[in-house]
Formats: sequence, structure tokens, C-alpha cells
Amino acid sequence: MKPKALIVRAPGTNCDEETKYAFDLAGADAEVFHINRLLENPEIGKQFQILCIPGGFSYGDDIAAGRIFANQFRLYLKDLIYDFKTNNKLVLGICNGFQVLIKSGALFESEEQEATLTWNESGKYDDRWVDLETANENCVFLKGSDRLYLPVAHAEGKFVPQNDATLANLENAGQLPLRYAAGIPAGLPNETHSENASDASAISAQLSFPCNPNGSTANVAGLCDPSGRLFGLMPHPERFIDRTQHPHWTRKRDLKVGDGLAIFTNAVDYLKS
Amino acid sequence: MLWEIDIYPAVGQPDLVAQSIASDAPDLGLDPNFQIKTARGYLVEGHFTEDQIQDVANQLFADSVVETTVVGMVGDSKFSQSPDADTALVHVLPKPGVTDAVAESAHQAMTDLGLNPSAIRTFEKYWISSLPDDQLQLLCDKLLANDSIEEVRRGALDLQELGHGETYQFELLTFEIRNATDEQLLKINTDGQLSLNLEELKTIQQRYVELDREPTDIELESIAQTWSEHCSHKTLAGRIEYTDENGTVFFENMLKETIFQSTVDLMKEFGDDNWCVSVFKDNAGIVTFDDEINVAFKVETHNRPSAIEPYGGANTGIGGVIRDTLGTGLGAKPICNTDVFCFADPNTSADQVPDGVLHPRRVMKGVVSGVRDYGNRMGIPTVNGAVYFDDRYIGNPLVFCGNVGILPKDKSFKEVQPNDMIVAIGGKTGRDGIHGATFSSDTLSTDSEKLSGGAVQIGNAITEKMVADVLLQARDRNLYTAVTDCGAGGFSSAVGEMGEELGAEVWLDKAPLKYDGLTYTEIWISEAQERMVFSVPKENVDEMLKLCESENVQADVIGQFVPSGNLTLKYGDAKVGELSMKFLHDGRPPTIRKAEYQPAETTTLELAETDHASDLKKILRSLNVASKEWVIRQYDHEVQAGSVIKPLVGIKNDGPSDAAVVRPRLDSRRGVVVACGMNPHFGDFDTYHMAASGIDEAIRNCVAVGADPNRIAVLDNFCWGNTDRPEMLGSLTRAAIACRDMAMVYKTPFISGKDSLKNEFVDTRNDNKRIAIPSTLLISAIGQVNSVDKCVTMDLKEPGSVLFQLGLTKNEMGGSHWSLVNEKSGGSVPTVDASKAKSLFEKLHSAIENELVLSCHDLSEGGLVVCLAEMAFAGGLGAEVNLESLDAGDTPSEQTDLIKLFSESNSRFVVEVAKPNADTFKQLFADDEVTDIGEVNSSDRLAIQSGEKILIDENIDELKACWQKPLAW
Repeated sequence: MKPKALIVRAPGTNCDEETKYAFDLAGADAEVFHINRLLENPEIGKQFQILCIPGGFSYGDDIAAGRIFANQFRLYLKDLIYDFKTNNKLVLGICNGFQVLIKSGALFESEEQEATLTWNESGKYDDRWVDLETANENCVFLKGSDRLYLPVAHAEGKFVPQNDATLANLENAGQLPLRYAAGIPAGLPNETHSENASDASAISAQLSFPCNPNGSTANVAGLCDPSGRLFGLMPHPERFIDRTQHPHWTRKRDLKVGDGLAIFTNAVDYLKS
Repeated sequence: MLWEIDIYPAVGQPDLVAQSIASDAPDLGLDPNFQIKTARGYLVEGHFTEDQIQDVANQLFADSVVETTVVGMVGDSKFSQSPDADTALVHVLPKPGVTDAVAESAHQAMTDLGLNPSAIRTFEKYWISSLPDDQLQLLCDKLLANDSIEEVRRGALDLQELGHGETYQFELLTFEIRNATDEQLLKINTDGQLSLNLEELKTIQQRYVELDREPTDIELESIAQTWSEHCSHKTLAGRIEYTDENGTVFFENMLKETIFQSTVDLMKEFGDDNWCVSVFKDNAGIVTFDDEINVAFKVETHNRPSAIEPYGGANTGIGGVIRDTLGTGLGAKPICNTDVFCFADPNTSADQVPDGVLHPRRVMKGVVSGVRDYGNRMGIPTVNGAVYFDDRYIGNPLVFCGNVGILPKDKSFKEVQPNDMIVAIGGKTGRDGIHGATFSSDTLSTDSEKLSGGAVQIGNAITEKMVADVLLQARDRNLYTAVTDCGAGGFSSAVGEMGEELGAEVWLDKAPLKYDGLTYTEIWISEAQERMVFSVPKENVDEMLKLCESENVQADVIGQFVPSGNLTLKYGDAKVGELSMKFLHDGRPPTIRKAEYQPAETTTLELAETDHASDLKKILRSLNVASKEWVIRQYDHEVQAGSVIKPLVGIKNDGPSDAAVVRPRLDSRRGVVVACGMNPHFGDFDTYHMAASGIDEAIRNCVAVGADPNRIAVLDNFCWGNTDRPEMLGSLTRAAIACRDMAMVYKTPFISGKDSLKNEFVDTRNDNKRIAIPSTLLISAIGQVNSVDKCVTMDLKEPGSVLFQLGLTKNEMGGSHWSLVNEKSGGSVPTVDASKAKSLFEKLHSAIENELVLSCHDLSEGGLVVCLAEMAFAGGLGAEVNLESLDAGDTPSEQTDLIKLFSESNSRFVVEVAKPNADTFKQLFADDEVTDIGEVNSSDRLAIQSGEKILIDENIDELKACWQKPLAW
């Protein structure tokens, strides 16, 4: 049985098709629904084992990125999120989806928003590839990946926790599984790019632009809930599925498959086991 | 009750808006020591308690992790308590009627929370200290606000309520033209901003004498819109008597007999293999792609609006061209955008900028962010473009926006059926952009900034994204028979075009409005954004409306395509206009325009032996050549995940790609290639060779990454000075003839085009000095590759591999970047030998198909040496090159090194080939086509010699730094 993935789009969502493609390729059976269908009947969401909020500009990023979509989840789809949290299901938010998840509070034990994703330090939208390292085995989606090379494309991706204690708590609970990493921007699967790669177990030293592309505190690129089954990340794994999506594929003709695919296959494998 | 919510960065958080203003302020010559603190805010009208407003501020408007709020009734003293003494308070608000997308979303979101505001408006708030009053005014006028869309309010806000428009009292207006003198006709024309000429006015007069009545205002407006240059291309598609060195030619329809004719001839020649599907008739040109889909491409200009309000102009420019492809055939799905801009030097000092003109740096920043915010929100990757600089663009910056779309083969044509209903979907209608079509057909002047404010629009990308989402579903459910977008002229052009063959009846009172008070004529000609018009068979109307409603897209039936041959306009029960479609579309009197080509004076270029390394660096630093990474990274160039060759390539993702390659279908290996070519400086010599060079450049850019030279189609965009002058029209006609000639030899059909004439600025405060833009022809190319896995990039790949130059170098330094940076003029402009080029391109293509090519880069601005430098620093590898065996044509021997390094002769490439394949590669070419020039190495130096003589020996990182610095904003 293929796990069923539900991809929810709102006005302005724009990465739904390639995200569906990635899930299907990874062995899921993915469907895209407009948020209005879920608001009309939240029960239909419960037939799915994976809930994904893809990238884009839901409601134009008006007011703040992900805010309006997050309010819809927080106020009207609480039950559905609860169903995914308690029934061993998976939730993935990519880029705008991460902004939605973090602002809805769903990733925090308190169910309150304890951190945010705000304007890049540069003050502008930025599309570039970044090196990433995974920090622990807690996150279902990152199993088996030590390093990833993926593109980010956003204006509001700077991770800011409410305070130092929040950061320490999240770190101790294993909720910060993905960090921007040092290394020349020439990453390839399982290749370490720099001797300066930081110790994955500790909160790493703050990296500067462009390694840390937005000024995120502690280089945080992704955040999961304490169970590791709800996960949001700023980079776009669905944009590195095929070898020709890698910016240097013409230099590395032996490249087979993109780093991003592992995030989707991990989800499918988890639900199959 | 009117509530105010101010949102400040929390303590310890950066004030990014303030930082950006502080970095832009020196352009205005402001005292750099002033202090600025910013907030954004919302005005919320409705019956609420302060607790409710505070709650909504926390839950919706502010992010409590990084922001703090001040909440209360407008006018409360807490909003104007200055943080420091001696601080000025400035508010900037969108003017009434200007699109405020954030306020619209906020309205919906508050309603979702169970609160029902009657109106919301956003504003920006600034606290400014240590700035003298005159400088403060300058800051407000030039940086904080743009008078055409925003208002500045100094001090505390004293608004009582938000405007809701006034109630409209219907009154039918007519113009008395039957007995008008010529003078009176011209006055009616000017007063009404109709942009008609006297002959046209008299034709209309005659028509109404025959009809025995006076025209209503809406009839006259409809005619003016339909006959406008913008909508009908009356100049280039008109009668032209053209004289050049070969004598005089008479064209009945110039474009049809040159560019369009070459496509018709090529389609015949292709015969059964014809791959052109729809050319020069729909909103975009269409060619075949694979067994299931076709691909459509359109490039538009949006120059005038961008001159007045760069952000909004560029924003609606990209929005408009995306609607063009959405409205092509039965609707194409947009897959990538292109953008090409022309600006004056952004480093121009403030006092050199004429009155009424925005500073070029501000224009550039505004245009780039306008394209960014719209394209990114639409989820369409912006993959290719160019930025060109020349000071003659100071009053008329150029903004070209392109869009490629894909559509199923059986959805490539449309046909309105009798009695189909007219359904408008998307944005509501407001006063936005009234007279945009006629305004864009006039020359800009110092006063345009004030007069034409109404012609400026701001887009709302999400409205358009929602339209696109439902349009593609409706298309696949076969709900409609035709579709087009509302562009210039609004409903008048869209319905007028769709109903041309049949007739139409329009119920103007049924169009949904943004606010009250619009007259029936304003509804008809408004250019409000994000609207599309469909012809929907009666039995499908309910399903169409339901589909739109299911995704919150506004949709309304506003009329019917009644097969009467007439355009009938109604407001409620009143008939406000009736025009015969025949008169509307064919009634315009033909005018014969004279066009004369006057060859530019030929002068010799003094070729001094200068320091080659310093020339190279100067060219790398020149704005046209310098890295555009600052622009490119602000665009999402990878959304939709089809990106194969990105605009930035190489070991550090920062080398300049020749063309972009995109896979439009994730389950297929077939790719679309997009590139462009443009050489305004060559036009100062001869527009024929400029056009030919532009075409060669666009094609060779496609071929360089792997496109099949026999499957490339091109688009033309002519932006010219005032073509009422015979020499301007002459230089344009000459370029069009070149397009025809080149298309036939390259077998590269033109499939769509658009022009923008009268790009001249009249400085009314400086002796009416006229500044005409350089004659600018943008060629945009769309190519195809069978398998993207064979594509190549321009960055050097492997130490030890062999470098070849392909193509002939000639003594063609006229308009070259070497002469530009050395401030020299004269010389011979590069020409094109198209049949030689075509054969070379085919050979190179077969080498790429046979996987013999490691990297390939075309030679363009700066010639061979710039090409080599770019390949080296993009690949992070050195090269050792010797030019001795390279031919330099008829160049005098003492200048051959200079010519070999810097000549900008067309149809040339540098190709890197792995050593074992070098012989096989070389054998593909004739002896005079290929020259072995050197080797790649793992050093960090670009070393170029001629025999024993060292010409260049430079560190590639230093060269890269020269190239990256000028536009690294």
C-alpha cells in the first residue's frame, strides 16, 4: 500500500506540483487539495498519512509570510493537526509551508509560537544553493542524511527564537535537526566541503552570509516537533530530485540522483515500516 | 471608528527598512548623519473595542517574537509621541483607489477571525531626525513616496474615516463633433487624452455625419483605444514609403511584408515538417514542442508606466505578459519569465537628472523589485535576461518582460461561438490605468509625471495566480471557447477583439467594481489588472462560476457575444454606445508615412595599442558586461523545478550563462532553451547590422548550451525614438528588413513581436531638449533540446583540455566595448554572414549532441578576451592561450593582437574539448572555422600570448572581482 500524501495549497501556493512529483517518485500516492476543500470538510484530511504544506506565497505573504495560512490551520484545522500528531502520521512544511507550521505553533510542545521566521538579514529575497548538515537522528525525514546540498529561495527565512532559553530547550529536545553548514558552495551528496564543518552535536558557531543565507540564529534551517514526525525546513528538497537540477551537474556527469529525494523516501519508508 | 495599529521592530531586532533608506539616501545628496526609525501600520475601520484591536494585532498583524505594537484610535497622542526631541513624523499612504494588496488580504484574514472591518488601509511610518526641512522634503518626495501612487502626510494622522468612493449618478454624455472645426476636433482629442490624429478625427466625424447623430463619450473612447498605436500598431503595420541606398520601396503593411512574410515563407519551406503553430495572431506565438504539447512565447514592453512608477510599471508589465500566455489559444501554463531592462548609468549624479525624471538607480531598483515581487509570487521562474546601460535611456527606461507557456496541442486555438456569454474573472474594476493605451502611444515629457498619474497601476500577483489556477482547470474541463486578457484598453480591447467577427453586447453595470463612482466609460476602458475575459457557452456558465467561487475568484457574466456585427454597450437599461465592429476594426484611415534611411557618417576608429590587461579589466567593470548577480538572485529562477541550465553557472554558481534551459515537464528529458540578443550601440552605425547581430547573438546563445539550430524561433521588440520623423522610421524599417533577410537564411521564424515607438523625452524645462533612446531591437529566442542531459555550460571544466575558437574574427571594432571604455568612436560595425553562421551552428550542435564539448561560451561584448576570462573564473581554472594561429581577416598587421582580443565579430564561440576528443572535434569543421588556441590548466591565471609576446597574464580571481563589483549592491 502506498502511503497517501495530502498537499495543501492556498491562494499563492506555487510549489505544489513539483512537491507532488517528488512524493509520487518516492513511492507515495500524492494529491493536491485547495485549502477551501479542507475548511469545508476537515475530515477528508484524515484519510491521509502525510500532510504537506508546500512552498509559495500563500496569500501573497501579505502581513507576514505564512501568517494568514497559519491562522487558518490554528483556528479551523486544529483537529486535523491533532490527528496527524497523535496517530503516528507525518507533517512536512517546505519554505512557505515551514513559515505556516512555525507560525501556527504546531511544531512546539506548548502549541504556542515560540520562534519565528522573519526577514532575511539582507532585507531581500534570495535564491541560492546552501550546504546543510543534519544534527541528529530524531527527525524522521532526515534519516541517513549527514549533509545535504539544496537551494533556498525566500525573503523571510531568518530563524529567531523567542529567547535563549527557547533555543536551548529546542536544542535539548532534538528539535533543531537541520543547520546551514560551512563549506564551499559546491556540495555533492555525502561530501564534506570544508575542514571547518562544525560539530553537529552542539549549537554551532554562527555562520555568516552566504553559508547562513538569512542570518538564522544558530544556523537553524529546519525545525521538528519533539516526536520528529512534524518537520519544517526553509530549503527546497523538491528542487533537487533530478541530477540536472544540481547547479554543477555539467561538471559532475556521474551524479545520479538529487539529495532532496531522500526527504521524501524517508517519509514513505517510515510509514511502510 | 478608525483604529490604528503601529508595528515596530522589537528591541534588539534590526530596522531593515531604515537600513535600506539610509543606504539609498546618499544618491539624493542628503546629509548622511540623519537618523531614521520606521514602523508599518494598518488603519482599521469598524466598530471594535480596543481589546479586540489589540487581540487582532497580536494574532494577525504583528509577529510577537520580533515585533511590538502600539494600538489605539487614530489621533491618539500615543501615535505621535516622538522618541527623541526634534524628530519629524512622516506617514506614507497609498492614494485612494491605488491597489493595496496587503490591505485586501488583511481584510479577508480579519473576516476569517470573525471580525468584519468596513475598510483597511496600510501605511508606512517614519521618524526622522537631524535632517533640515528642505532635505526632509526631498527625502519624502524622492525616496519615501512616489507621488503618482502615494501620499505623504507629515505629523500626526488626522483621518476620520477611509474613503469609499462616491455614488455614481448615471448621465449619458455625447461629444458634438459633426459640426466641429479642425481646431475643435483637436481640442476634443487633447482634452480627452485620445491620442488620435486629425485625419482619424475627421474620419470619425464623417462617420457620425452619415449616422446622423453625435458619438457618445464611450464610442469615441472605444475608437481611440482600438485605433491606438499600442493596440493597432498603426505605424509599423501601416503604409510606408521607404527609401535607402537601393531606391524606394512601397509597403502596404510594413511588418506583414517583411518579418511576417519571412515566417510565412519559412512555414511553406518546412512543408510537412512545419513546426510553427500560431504566429503573429494570438497573444503569443506558438510552436510545437513534443507529441502532446506546444510552447508559446511572448515578450512585451512596459516602458512608459515604468518611467513614472518603476515598481508598479514593471510589476504590471510582468503581470501583463503572463496574462498574454495565459490567454493564448485556450490558455497556456506559464513556465518561465524573461526580463531585459535598459537604463541610464545608475551612478549619474543627481544634478544631471532632468526635472520630471526619476534617478536611474531608483528606476533600476524599482523595476527589479517590481519584476521580482510579481514573478516570484506567480511561481514562475525568471530564467533569462539582460540589463543594458546608455545615458540616452535617462527619460525613457525600457522594460521588456517575457513569458513562456506550454499548452496541449488541441488547446492551441480559440473561436468565440455565437451567443456565448462574456464572463470576466479576476480583479475588480477601478480607475486604475485609465488611458494607459493612449498614454503609451505618446512622447513623454517633464510634465508626464504629473499628468499621467492615472495611467499607473499596481499589480496584485496573488489575484493573478488565483486566476491562473482556475483558468487551467476550466480549460481542461472544456468550459469555454475563447479567452483573452484585459491589457491596454481593458474590457474595450478584450471584448472588442474577441467579438470582432461576431459582435457583442456588454452590460457595464454588471462589472464588479473596487469602489463606487465609476462612470460607464471608466468601467469600459479601465486597465485594472488581473482580469481575463472568457466566452462561455450558456450551458457551462454555472460550472464556470462555481469553479471560480470554489477558489474565491471573482467571476461575473458581463454580456454576450450576440451575432449582430455590432458592439452594443449598455448601462442598466440605457444603451450608451453602439458601434459597428467593421468600422471599429477596419475604419481607421490609412496613412502613408515616409521612411528614409540615412547612413551614419563613416569614420575610422583610431586603434591605439593600449594596455590589454587594463582594457580587459575596464570592460569587465563596464556596466553592460559586469555581473548581474544582484538582479538574478532576487528572482526565483528554480521554482517549478524544471531548471537545467541556470542563469548563474560554474564552480561557485556565479558565472554568466549564455542561455537558460528549462524542463517544462518533470517526467520528460526534453528542454526549452531561452536566450536573447541586443546591441543598441551597433544601431548608431547601421540598424541593419544591429538587427542581424542581435539575431545572431540570440541564436548562438541558444546553440551554445545545446539547442538545435533548426528548432529556434525568435521574437522581435522594437523600441525606437519618434517614428513620426522619417529618419527614425527609416532606421526601423531597415532593421525589419534585416530581420526578414536573416530569418530566411537561419531558417529561424519570427513568431511574435511588439513595438514601442516615440521613446523620446522632451525636457520642457530645458529648452525643449529632446533625448531619443538609441534604436533598440530586442531579439528573444526560444530553442529546444531533445535531451537536457547533453546540455553544456560555459565554465571551464578540466585541466588539460583543449580550447578552440570557432568562427571568423574580423576587423569589426565599431560599437565594441573596447571602443566604449576607451571613449573612441568610428570603425566598422560587426556584420553577419548568415549562411556561414548557420552551417557553423549546425556543426557545433552535432559536436554537442555527440558529447564532444565540455564547455562552450559565445563571444559577444568584449570579444575573445572577455569570453576567456568569464570561462576561466566561472570554472575556477586557468588557461594558457596563444593567438598566433588565429586569423584576423583584413586587419593591418600591427593591430592584429588588438582585433583578435577585442573584436566583437559575430557567430563565434570558444569551446573546451577533452584532449582525447580534440581531433574528432576539429574534423567536424572546415579549416577556416576552427582554431586551436590553447589549453586549460589548474592554475589561477589567464595567460594569453601571441607567439612569444605576452598579451595578458592575470589572476582569474582578480578578474572576477572586477566583474562582480560594479553592480554588487
